[in-house]
Amino acid sequence: MIHALLVQGLQMALVLAIAPLVTGFVRVVKARLLRRRGPPLLQPYFDLARLARKEAVLAQNASWLFRAAPYLIFAATWVAAALVPTFATGLVFSWTADLIAITALLGSARFFLALAGMDVGTSFGGLGASREVMIASLAEPALIMIVFTLALVAGSTQLSTVAEHMLSAHVGLRVSLGLALIGLTMVAIAENARIPIDNPATHLELTMVHEAMVLEYSGRHLALIELAASLKLTLYLSLIACVFLPWGLAPAGAAPAVLALGMLAYGAKLALGGALLGLFETVIAKMRVFRVPDFLGAALMLGLLGTLLLFVSRSF
Amino acid sequence: MAVVVELWCVAALLALAVLAVPLSRAHAGSPIVYGGALVLSLIGLGNAVAALAAPAGTLALPLGLPGTGAHFRLDGLSAVFLAIVHLCGASASLYAIGYGRHADAPGRVLPFFPAFLAAMSLVLLADDAYSFLFAWESMSLASWALVIADHRAAENRRAAYVYLVMASFGTFLLMLAFGLLAGTAGIYDFVGLRAHPPAALVGGVVLGLALLGAGSKAGLVPLHAWLPLAHPAAPSHVSALMSAGMTKVAVYGFLRIVFDLMGPPQWWWGIPVLAAGAASAALGVLYALMQSDIKRALAYSTIENIGIVFVGLGLALAFTANALPAAGALALTAALFHALNHALFKSLLFFGAGAVLGATGVRDMERMGGLIHGMPVTAFAMLIACAAISALPPLNGFVSEWLIFQAILISPELPAWGLKLLVPAAGALLALAAALAAACFVRLYGISFLGRPRGPQAAAAREVDRWQLGAMLALAGLCVLAGVLPGLVIDAMAPAVAALTGARMPPQAGVAWLSIIPVAESRSSYNGLLVLVFVAGSAALVAAAIHRFASRAVRRAPAWDCGFPNAGLRTQYTASSFAQPIRRVFGATVFSAREQIHMPPPGDLSPARFRLRLVDPAWDGLYLPLARAVWALSGRMNALQYLSIRRYLALVFGALVLLLLVLALWG
Amino acid sequence: MGSLVFDVAHLLAGGLVLLSLVMLYQDRLPALIRMFALQAVVLTLSVSWQAYAQGAPHLYVTAAIALAFKAIIIPIALQRIVVRLGLHREVETALSIGPTMVAGIALVALSMVVMLRVTAEADPLAREDLAFALSVVLLGLLMMVTRRNAVSQVVGFMSLENGLILAAAGAKGMPLVVEISVAFSVLVAFIVIGIFLFRIRERFDTVDSAALDRFREGQR
Repeated sequence: MIHALLVQGLQMALVLAIAPLVTGFVRVVKARLLRRRGPPLLQPYFDLARLARKEAVLAQNASWLFRAAPYLIFAATWVAAALVPTFATGLVFSWTADLIAITALLGSARFFLALAGMDVGTSFGGLGASREVMIASLAEPALIMIVFTLALVAGSTQLSTVAEHMLSAHVGLRVSLGLALIGLTMVAIAENARIPIDNPATHLELTMVHEAMVLEYSGRHLALIELAASLKLTLYLSLIACVFLPWGLAPAGAAPAVLALGMLAYGAKLALGGALLGLFETVIAKMRVFRVPDFLGAALMLGLLGTLLLFVSRSF
Repeated sequence: MAVVVELWCVAALLALAVLAVPLSRAHAGSPIVYGGALVLSLIGLGNAVAALAAPAGTLALPLGLPGTGAHFRLDGLSAVFLAIVHLCGASASLYAIGYGRHADAPGRVLPFFPAFLAAMSLVLLADDAYSFLFAWESMSLASWALVIADHRAAENRRAAYVYLVMASFGTFLLMLAFGLLAGTAGIYDFVGLRAHPPAALVGGVVLGLALLGAGSKAGLVPLHAWLPLAHPAAPSHVSALMSAGMTKVAVYGFLRIVFDLMGPPQWWWGIPVLAAGAASAALGVLYALMQSDIKRALAYSTIENIGIVFVGLGLALAFTANALPAAGALALTAALFHALNHALFKSLLFFGAGAVLGATGVRDMERMGGLIHGMPVTAFAMLIACAAISALPPLNGFVSEWLIFQAILISPELPAWGLKLLVPAAGALLALAAALAAACFVRLYGISFLGRPRGPQAAAAREVDRWQLGAMLALAGLCVLAGVLPGLVIDAMAPAVAALTGARMPPQAGVAWLSIIPVAESRSSYNGLLVLVFVAGSAALVAAAIHRFASRAVRRAPAWDCGFPNAGLRTQYTASSFAQPIRRVFGATVFSAREQIHMPPPGDLSPARFRLRLVDPAWDGLYLPLARAVWALSGRMNALQYLSIRRYLALVFGALVLLLLVLALWG
Repeated sequence: MGSLVFDVAHLLAGGLVLLSLVMLYQDRLPALIRMFALQAVVLTLSVSWQAYAQGAPHLYVTAAIALAFKAIIIPIALQRIVVRLGLHREVETALSIGPTMVAGIALVALSMVVMLRVTAEADPLAREDLAFALSVVLLGLLMMVTRRNAVSQVVGFMSLENGLILAAAGAKGMPLVVEISVAFSVLVAFIVIGIFLFRIRERFDTVDSAALDRFREGQR
């Protein structure tokens, strides 16, 4: 029990500690691909520390919701990230929330983020919130359908069970899993506001969604929202790694050496995922906003197709 | 006995309705009537909760038709729905003690409110077809009287007219359904009907009639068109009662006829129910997203939630028919749980809309904004309701949708091919509906409560009185409670579910840490309490850490807005501009949305104009053709008014011979 | 081992269906043609795998033909047509992309159910291969129906033919002669269509097939 609690606590601390590193790593990869030197790897940590030390500037008519939202967004994202197995399965609280609940927790974070964007009553905030809910209204069902696919293959919506099932021999190559992987990648790109859906590095009216919502935030509030965004990216990378690359995950009650091995494997997987993401973002152009529904609609259709195949025949 | 207590409550409510006629002229009449309704609803609620696990009690009274009498019965299913309806009634009464004081014609509301409550209870207690239909029609009439309470607005008169037509249509179909069930033997009490389930073909027809009849009352697409007109037209506490309570009575009617009276289901019965439910869920929320009238948006969202309930019912039918009773129990529990949840948060939402309406005098969201400053407590309660209806953990709306998803994940075991194709599609539509509901309620809350006031009324809004706040906060508390302790609700519903499906979900009382496990622990589990504790704990932890170690300084400044702050209130996003991206994605196909932009040429100082047209396909595709057909038919029938006496006699004679022929051939 | 053979065949066939859906999703002609070439490559892999799994060397010939014509020659020719004619780069659709995708998924579901129900006793490899092949055929037809531009209609036709080859390779037994003749007939069809494209273009200044309809209306 103590061991399990320790692993759970370690996991919570780990995702929080490395989340800015993942963001920084992707930035470095993108910069190197463009033959720029780019910011230092640890720049996101410096940014967070600087923001947290500053005073928070609130708009004159900001309400209590505006001040409470960053804490809620951060907490919901952190809890969700803590429940995705990163280096070990069999987390002690993994039965608290299954994959559907993790999806919904991210939905809670987004709900409050969109509301916070509308609180001050500026045109940019409304713009961001409006586009965000449009993207979410397609990305969330797509994610749910992908979860259905995984759950039907593994016979469970518990992420630990799914990961253990993926490690077992009789999974094989499956068409529906391939569809789920593609769909999940598309959803992850959209949900994390990456190119081609949104560009996290600009402040231009035509290109921003996420940044438009958080425009009024400053100081510690902004730091929390940035950290939550990094956590979300880490969460999606861990999720893809845990389901589709489950090798190296330490089983429940494993010895410290195995845990260390799991952590090494996890680091490698994150590095791989981050590098691929940076590469993808470099070679692709940003989409028009009204092309996004087609993109996410395709992800939804892939998820639906994967589920359908599993419904009609168990051998897909 | 519980059934006697319930009937006494009904009688007392009816007496209160009569008393309300003279009382409505008195100054203190309104608090007395609503207070009385509150006390009686609470008594009924306690009684119904106590009856949840008790054996069924019956009572026959020498009322109604001679020879048959009136039969009443209180079993687990009735108790579940009685509890829901009494909960709605109690909260609406509490709210109305404050809200009703502003009514300008209390005589048009006060007598019908207790009568409406009594009629709903009576439907749930009826144990023979005659009492059931009588109570059903009384419920329709009482609510109709409440819809037309504010009869000066032409819009309300039209709503009431459409409602009356649709309610009569629904009752007519149910009458036919009971007629078919009764068969030639003419059995009208439910005990007898239960003993003589109909043949397969007749059963299918009765299912269709029950789906149309009860579904029109509940607001299933495409029979929903009256609902968004009628529910918002009534005073807000009645809107809450209609949306939260009366639609559940309709669900009960469907359950009673299809699950209880018709014997074992056929394999295909789930298909039409599932299809209608999934279509209602997706379309209802899309309509809701396009509305700028706050109460109408809420009414459309009722259609969505009823759709979710019917998806659960359809799954339960499919599972029970295909010999998977445990899965059927899961789906039915999910549907009942969602019915309860919807009653809780939809009441709260309508109360909040009523509070806003009372404080500002407007229903149009485009003229609200910034209400969170003037009405902080209302805004807090509404935030909980919006989060709950958007199916966000750890609130209650999420639990029931999660249970339905779990039921969908069992359904590959269904053998029928039609179901194999329909169930994943329904699942996708349900997921879409849940995500769109979140968008819809971000919009509703963000436009009306956040931002800057869009009109003088919104700027001057002040908090409502204690009674209304009390009702809202109580319901918000129940939303949280049902979300973090879902095991209690599931266990409380188990007897009713077991009676209908022959199985029950695994008992949740003994599960560690109060989590819920719908099928098996390795398959899925969820713990709302721990999610709440974790989220609250980590938020508190990080807040404390930052305030302690980093900075706690705050400065107020003008809004930044990317360097171009514009003080004009018109630069804010409006309700319709917020919905525009989603309208572009779905609108063109679903309700043939047309946007016309008239942009004056450069140099011309006239304003640019933007015009938006939306069509509800149900009106154009179903209602208008029907209305035209009725009109044409009545034109033809008009000739019958000018016949000679000999021709009238010939008509009567012909009808007589026809009936005799039918009797000769059928008997 | 048996399971691996099955899985790979399955994955490749599923990849063909997926690429058909991707082609429906494309809104640019060059990208559409590239996807078509990719589909031909996957088809080659799939047929080669069948040849290896069934021990049927003549299927290698089929694979080679598919690779040579469909993955290399035809796509290059089509790209040159697009450039030479200076066509609009955008695919003109009769039905927008969202509903087309929904229709595509519905068609895949339909063909799954039909095939799996009809061939209940056949061995699972052939069964699901056939189901995928029918999906590819139907999706190709859907593309021909919903695209206005003649080039994308040609691509839809070619991808339909990919489905036929997949079915033939899975069904163990189409003679080589038939396959070669099918391949050549497709090539001939392609040449004829290509010539037509040029003629249409010369005559009407567009390859939008609606222009032909308008012309016919005018003749009446």
